[in-house]
Amino acid sequence: MTLVVSGLSVDHGAIRAIDGISFQVEEGQMATVIGANGAGKTTLLRALSGLTHVTLGSATWQGHELLYSKPEKLVRLGVSHVSEGKSVIPELTVEENLQLGALWRRNAAESRATREKVLETFPRLAERLSQPADTLSGGERAMLAIGRALMSKPQLLLLDEPSLGLAPLIVEQIFQSIRDLTTQMGLTVILVEQNAMSALKIADFGIVLNLGRIAAMNSAQQLIFDPQVRAAYLGY
Amino acid sequence: MLFLASNRVDELRVYQGATVAMYVVAIASLILLTGYSGQVSLGHGALLAIGGYSAALARNHFSAPIWLCFVVAVLATALFGAVLGTAAARLSGPYLAGSTLALAVGLPSIANQFNILGGEQGLLFDVGAPPASLGADFTQYKWYFWIAALAALIAIWWLQNILRSRFGRTWRAVRSNEVAAELAGIHVGKSKTLAFTVSSGLAGLAGALLAMTISTVSPSAFPLTLSFALLTGAVLSGVTTLSGVMIGALVLVATPDIADAISSRFASSENVTTNLPGLLVSTLLILVVLLVPNGPVEQMRTLRTRKSTKKTR
Amino acid sequence: MYQLINTVLIGITSGAIYSLMAIALVLVWRSTRVVNFAQAGMALLSTYIGYEFIQKFHSFWLALFLSMIAGAAISALIDATFMRTLFRRAGHGPIAGVAPIIATLGLLGLIRSVLALVVGGKDVRIKPPVSSVDYTISGHTIAFSPLKLLIVVLVLILMLVLSLIFQRTNVGLALRASAYSPEISRLAGVRVDGIRTLGWALAGAAGAAAGMLQTPDGTGALSPDSLQFSLLLVFGFIAAVIGGLESLVGAVVGGLLLGLVLAFVLMYISGSLVFITAFGLLIVVLLVRPGGLIGSRRGRRA
Repeated sequence: MTLVVSGLSVDHGAIRAIDGISFQVEEGQMATVIGANGAGKTTLLRALSGLTHVTLGSATWQGHELLYSKPEKLVRLGVSHVSEGKSVIPELTVEENLQLGALWRRNAAESRATREKVLETFPRLAERLSQPADTLSGGERAMLAIGRALMSKPQLLLLDEPSLGLAPLIVEQIFQSIRDLTTQMGLTVILVEQNAMSALKIADFGIVLNLGRIAAMNSAQQLIFDPQVRAAYLGY
Repeated sequence: MLFLASNRVDELRVYQGATVAMYVVAIASLILLTGYSGQVSLGHGALLAIGGYSAALARNHFSAPIWLCFVVAVLATALFGAVLGTAAARLSGPYLAGSTLALAVGLPSIANQFNILGGEQGLLFDVGAPPASLGADFTQYKWYFWIAALAALIAIWWLQNILRSRFGRTWRAVRSNEVAAELAGIHVGKSKTLAFTVSSGLAGLAGALLAMTISTVSPSAFPLTLSFALLTGAVLSGVTTLSGVMIGALVLVATPDIADAISSRFASSENVTTNLPGLLVSTLLILVVLLVPNGPVEQMRTLRTRKSTKKTR
Repeated sequence: MYQLINTVLIGITSGAIYSLMAIALVLVWRSTRVVNFAQAGMALLSTYIGYEFIQKFHSFWLALFLSMIAGAAISALIDATFMRTLFRRAGHGPIAGVAPIIATLGLLGLIRSVLALVVGGKDVRIKPPVSSVDYTISGHTIAFSPLKLLIVVLVLILMLVLSLIFQRTNVGLALRASAYSPEISRLAGVRVDGIRTLGWALAGAAGAAAGMLQTPDGTGALSPDSLQFSLLLVFGFIAAVIGGLESLVGAVVGGLLLGLVLAFVLMYISGSLVFITAFGLLIVVLLVRPGGLIGSRRGRRA
């Protein structure tokens, strides 16, 4: 089923952060949202995951309305959000952070299976299971955050700038893992990124946000070769 | 204006006026420490005690003139505050609250240990009769009121200036975000200690004023409930701003009166009379924190700004 | 010699009661990052309810159990109504850190006054469930009785059970996570509001136990103005802070340490220095370890 976002508007006090955004993401697709700082990318994800109060609009996914609900409820509908800033709890161990994502799930066997998959994808985490999360490097934290999100058995995965502050090699690894997992687990993904080039390379299509509105929307390939996008965001 | 007022009004009100002035100073000191510098003190009563006792000792052992007693109270308490403040600056939130609570409970009882502090009964503090030059009509209570009001005015005026100066700005910066303040070059520890010292000095003044109005100092004059009452007064006034400080002081003084009126209306038992003020104050406190958390003055300011921005939309 | 033993025993038993109160405070802190000053007041209320149950069922143990349930219910109710509203209204801005402290203090005053108004003057006594007559060893009476032994044992059991819950179970993980980061926990699907209320409920039960166990000891009388109540409030809090609010074991260690030190001061120096010693102990501990005895070395910005 498709994610259909229609007329989404979010106000921060007197400022309209997102103004009447509409787009669709097919099931199993990876969409990336790029744009300058303050364009509204994070606000968009937070609106979809229930963290931010929405002013207007609707977002339907698998027959459910996502907006105007609490985040806890959306997780049970299959929405998982890795928020900005690595989204791990530093005082808990790696194992506990992962477990946290699966707490709401009933089926212990399934949770174990997911855990195996996550540790297989990110072997570095397996090495550090009993360490507190604040001893992890930046890249490992990103992996843990994504791992935690995956433990919630998502069908719609929202990722907010997972590459922030990471070395290019790690970014490549992580993005590749995300792509693989998306295909293997049949996930629908919305990836918000500053690193426009890397994001467009692994995504199916892209949305360019500017000042809270959609400036361009096309398949990722098209966007890479779009001269305006190249000038503004790809640097060449 | 005050002069005319104090002539018209009966003795009890004049006396209460002195108490109000005392609370104004005490609450202001707490607003400085908690509202501006973000350090929660559950034990301001102890600081008042130090002020009160210092003034009494200065008076009784050195026969110091009244104004000097007050100065001694301020300096002694400020000194104590400076020492305490260096420790307090390292503590955060609940740990600081716990320490000040322990202090409030512990300090007054020291008086029982040392004879020079007068034990259970405490010491006398007599500011003396009003000078003859003010005329025969000038009662003792009026004298109290005048001293207290004058002290309060000076203290508040001085505090306002400090808060507007760069010290005030520093405190507010630390309160909103310690890490950012540190990065901006502010020495957080020194700033907090300074706030503690100034707050203590003011509290000492209030303590001396309290001693004056009840003519004694003793451990029972500074119970834990005093510290809680002061905090309540600060919240009622709006803990982040000095403008509403009168409100808190007035409520603290008025409540026992109102409670009395209510219980005599209904001819209730002694049980009710003792506990009604506490009930009223607590309820008021809860209502204020829930409904107007930043204090009534701040709330009105916010309402006014909201109205004006709505118009410009 | 016997004075020394007695002092130690007195210290342990009074310390155990402080520990119970401290446990309740730490529970609330660990699950919601709020210090609940009203804890002692709620404990008192639960104890009164327990008293009513004793009158009805003539069984201390049943009443203890029921009062713990009552304590949990009252606590949960307060969290679900009062605290949630508080966070919504005063959760931001400069008052955010101070508001819960002030609100719970106000609540404490409220509970205390209401209780005094409703119950005051009535003589309320709770008889101990086991003998409170001190043991004698070779002719000397030592300051320990079956009742006191019971208290110490129960405190240790409670500490162990609660620690296990927090560290080893899923519920405990949810409690800790919700306190450290409510936002991330929500994104992971944890019903944070409900979990917090659960934390408060556990604390309420612990507080009720503290009240019910402390009252039969000594005079057995129950009253909102009593010295016992004030001590419970203040020393319970101090014990929690000494132990470092982060750990239940810390609460017990803090309580026992406080109890012992105060007992020694009481017996060997002077009764009137007890309170200031508590303060001194607290300051010394916090200067050496600002996070409390068992606090984490990591500076956690509360």
